[in-house]
Amino acid sequence: MINIIIMINKNYFKVIRSGINTTFQDLGRKNLYHIGIPFSGAMDNRNYLLSNKLVGNQLHYPVLEFAYQGPLLKYHGEKINIAITGDVYFTIKKNDNLINGECYKSFTLENNDILDIISTNKSVYGYLAISGEFDLKYQWSSCSINTKAKIGSNDGKKLDTDQKINISNINQNLINKKLNYINTKIENIRVIKGTNFNYFSDQGKNIFLGKEFIVSKLSDRMGMRLEGPKIENIVDTNIKSEGLIKGVIQVPADGNPIIMLSDHGTIGGYPKIGVVISADYDKLVQLIPGSKIKFKEVNLTSAETLFKLYDLETKNLISQI
Amino acid sequence: MIKNILNLGDAALYCDFGKDVNKETNTQVIRYFKSIQKENIEGINNLTPSYNKLIISFDLRKTSFKNVKNSIENINIDKSDNLENKKIEIPVCCEENFSLDIKRLEEKLNISRDKIYENFFKKIFFCYMTGFIAGMPFLGDLDDNMRVKRLETPRVKVPKGSVGLTEQFANIYTFESPGGWNIIGNTPLNIFDRFKEAEPNLINPGDTIIFKRITSDQYHNYD
Repeated sequence: MINIIIMINKNYFKVIRSGINTTFQDLGRKNLYHIGIPFSGAMDNRNYLLSNKLVGNQLHYPVLEFAYQGPLLKYHGEKINIAITGDVYFTIKKNDNLINGECYKSFTLENNDILDIISTNKSVYGYLAISGEFDLKYQWSSCSINTKAKIGSNDGKKLDTDQKINISNINQNLINKKLNYINTKIENIRVIKGTNFNYFSDQGKNIFLGKEFIVSKLSDRMGMRLEGPKIENIVDTNIKSEGLIKGVIQVPADGNPIIMLSDHGTIGGYPKIGVVISADYDKLVQLIPGSKIKFKEVNLTSAETLFKLYDLETKNLISQI
Repeated sequence: MIKNILNLGDAALYCDFGKDVNKETNTQVIRYFKSIQKENIEGINNLTPSYNKLIISFDLRKTSFKNVKNSIENINIDKSDNLENKKIEIPVCCEENFSLDIKRLEEKLNISRDKIYENFFKKIFFCYMTGFIAGMPFLGDLDDNMRVKRLETPRVKVPKGSVGLTEQFANIYTFESPGGWNIIGNTPLNIFDRFKEAEPNLINPGDTIIFKRITSDQYHNYD
């Protein structure tokens, strides 16, 4: 028994600094909305998939997602490859040698190396994948941590300082990989009209589809709050509570839109003015507080075509690695 | 019957069962929900039944609004009355530090707290839906003289187990959460168990619920 335990804990990270909101994420969990459990999963799906491909993993493996400031990790164990995706400033310390990290490129870590994920650059989320598997407990077939409901790996909690992250196995062949890719930023977020679009005055509709909004500090994995000119409701500021999906834009009585993100409440009672199209979701979640945002209306057919293009582009990037 | 099917964004169907919120309409929603669940339609990855709506989310990589709509329009709905529902008794303690909004209720409803509790505990509730936070049941219907609006300023933290009222509905906070319902008591029962993967929710849509008043002693010694 003792031998087995030693084997499991042979390779691990020690968390010296946890970062602001560092959680394990994968593709999330489905078919649980009806009991009140959202998808969760990596916020920026493309960057999540790319991080796994860069370390030679299957694409659906768990990774560490961090926001703004990432973790400071000391590695113990056999050689392992890591890759970081997003727009992230990080360093790797090998003995007294400090290496500046590059996103979309794998690096090899050895015993006692220190990985310092200092910050994301003008973006929110970044991803750390390892060439192997974290030793994690799953809930409803997913590691994804939802800190509100205390669901997922790490007892449903974000990473904490001084904890250990055990690695259950490391891939046999470590091959270094690289991708030439730069995340592009967008200010225009495309939307489809919501089911309560007509609850709003003509002026309110024009504001929603024409004026600039600012991403508020009160944004997290559950939702993104926006500030700007008030959107006037002329019918009712409440609806009978009904299901929500990620990307839905609700406007409560105060006239400021809230966009539902991956850990959103599954039911809501505010009118839905619009829904962000699937193709723009990854870019939306990366907008930092203070960013300008403008909504542009598209129809369902265009949204479907745009998603096909987005998906094709993601697949192309994956195949280039 | 579904009155209308719209798209909610590019990856969900919005099925409208009409304006009314009542047991009959909701039973229709639940029937559709259960029948669709059994069918395992390609690409569907979530179903959210509510009072009078059913939202069907799907994976845009695998299917589309048109395909899912077509499947739903041609589905056989199980119309048998047996929805396999449970009857559940929920113990609630109304001691002073649990019944956070009883004074507000007395003022808004203009009836005494004894009468409020009497009305509440004699009522047989029906579970319309669960959600917002994991496992939270939305139960109805309260009588007309028991209906109040949400708090003007929602609480940042409502304690776990709190039983709240708003309009014709009662609910139970399955874990500490922000919220604006009028809190009248607290249950020691665990309504959502995150370690039970097969059935984490104690209460499910269609279930019948009665609340039973317990003393502070019973609450604190509840096992």
